[in-house]
Amino acid sequence: MTGLGRFGRVVLIAVPFAWLALFFLVPLLIVVKISLAESVIGVPPYTPLFASDTDGLKLNATWANFALVVSDDLYLRAYISSLGNATLATVLCLVLGYPIAYAISRFRGARRQLLLFLIMLPFWTSFLIRVYAWIAILQPNGLLNEALIALGLIERPLPLLNNAFSVGLGLVYSYLPFMILPLYGSLSTLDPTLLEAAADLGARPLRTFLGVTLPLTFPGIAAGSLLVLIPAIGEFVIPDLLGGPDTLMIGKVLWEEFFSNRDWPVASAVAVVLIAILAVPLLAVQRFLDRGQ
Amino acid sequence: MPLLEITSVSKRFGATAAVDGVSLTIERGAFFVLLGPSGCGKTTLLRMIAGFETPDVGRIAIDGVDITAMPPYARPVNMMFQSYALFPHMDVARNIGFGLRQENMDRRRIASRVDEMLNLVQMSGYARRRPHELSGGERQRVALARALAKMPKLLLLDEPLAALDRKLRVETRLQLTSIQERIGTTFLVVTHDQDEALSMASRIAVMDRGRVAQTGAPAEIYERPVSRFVAGFVGEVNLFEGQLTAGFNRVALAAPGFDTPIPLAANVKLPHGAAAALAVRPERLVLSHSPPIGFAIPATISSIGYLGGGSLAYVTAAHGKVLKAYLSADTAKRFERATQVWVSWAPEEGILLTQ
Repeated sequence: MTGLGRFGRVVLIAVPFAWLALFFLVPLLIVVKISLAESVIGVPPYTPLFASDTDGLKLNATWANFALVVSDDLYLRAYISSLGNATLATVLCLVLGYPIAYAISRFRGARRQLLLFLIMLPFWTSFLIRVYAWIAILQPNGLLNEALIALGLIERPLPLLNNAFSVGLGLVYSYLPFMILPLYGSLSTLDPTLLEAAADLGARPLRTFLGVTLPLTFPGIAAGSLLVLIPAIGEFVIPDLLGGPDTLMIGKVLWEEFFSNRDWPVASAVAVVLIAILAVPLLAVQRFLDRGQ
Repeated sequence: MPLLEITSVSKRFGATAAVDGVSLTIERGAFFVLLGPSGCGKTTLLRMIAGFETPDVGRIAIDGVDITAMPPYARPVNMMFQSYALFPHMDVARNIGFGLRQENMDRRRIASRVDEMLNLVQMSGYARRRPHELSGGERQRVALARALAKMPKLLLLDEPLAALDRKLRVETRLQLTSIQERIGTTFLVVTHDQDEALSMASRIAVMDRGRVAQTGAPAEIYERPVSRFVAGFVGEVNLFEGQLTAGFNRVALAAPGFDTPIPLAANVKLPHGAAAALAVRPERLVLSHSPPIGFAIPATISSIGYLGGGSLAYVTAAHGKVLKAYLSADTAKRFERATQVWVSWAPEEGILLTQ
């Protein structure tokens, strides 16, 4: 950072800091504030945090929403199934994404660029449209079932849509690039002489992979897993479009509390608890990476 | 039986032949140096011995066992990499023990071998350090310890001193040779540095454009080079090109620009008229203020470079040819820039080259 004066350094840090404060911290505090209020019919549909009466200003906060979220079985099951779906999707993305990233990192020059371009190509189409496209593929008279019947492999359409399978498929499909890109970043900076050194010292390919490649690409694994896990837990569009009415995921519950029940305080409490849950893996990974440095 | 036997090995990368029909044998216990300029194929040859490249043709055998197609992890050789290639996520002890763990050696034996290796390279007390906490010289020693831990039959060292600064390089040379003498492992070192090669090696192979130009003991290579390339690459040299002719009482070299033919050693067995080059080392040239008896070249000193222990004088002969003459500290005091001198040497000191 030499060459930048003290003023320059302050500005450099202040700009992103101000951005985060304005667009992340302030909305977060508003959500926390609403989560402590009571639901009313009106605009806005919740009680103010501070009420003034004859005794002066009075704090008007309640834990009732959190008590409901923690005690009601519905929310608990939604959290658990979201965590379960998201974890499964993360593991599948890792298992699928690692070989792909590994293969891309073995290529050089134009081929590598082409493969990376193909990984990023889906982002050129709207996420929503791509998820809708899966309905056309998976539904009972959709492309996949029709093809399987035409090939004579099945007689009746398989139930591919509106179940855990379609939600999992949608999550893996949508978030795979977010796993591959950080993994590729880690793998492409891995010094190939380290792998030669391991082989030279008698390590067979599998042991080289487990003892050298895997631990040295852990930052990429961690980054990719968080990039998949965190948005997947709160995902709304995929369970809504591909999951059908029986799929319980916290993003959907949140949506329904806000827009169907118009219970902003409970919805906010659901969101605050979700953020608390998401913070756990983030902090754990951060600590692990710090220790590894 | 020699320890390493390389027979007619070639390796092409695209259109270029990196290694072109090389045959070499290395005896057990040797400190063998592969010397050559960058791109001469010495590193490719080393990588083929380690198993990272496969020869297009030829055979590599260790102790009589053909290892040409053997994967790197199965070969009884270990390599010390130029970049050291220490595993950044492991401490020093785990780095050194890595190869032993692949053999599924039991923990206590690994620990004691690691201690032994740390002692050997004088790094005891560094076992728990991570590579990034070590200096360049310390990393070099850990890399050496790691490569020696499995007690390979042959240790390959790729430019082992290139990443060190000059003073450390000279110290480390001595360390490497003393370690090699103590443990008796055969060393095969690749380097482009002729000083390094001459000071460490028991035997040197000089490589040029994928081929072995000459193999021999250091003194042999320096004093009896077989080609212009070897003479010029290993040490400084003055080269005179010309044709053999009859001199006063022996064969001489008629070189363009010189009025009289340059006398040669008595044992030259080349026919008259043959093209050849005469190589004379700078330390064999004698400068004098007055013409000596016999053949001498009149010249002017154009510069004197001070080297500390002596000086290197650049003298320009009448027709413009520049000669390099090494002067001892005492001799250098008697000469100054721009003075007229006579350059001479004993005919036996000249090396006649035809290649």
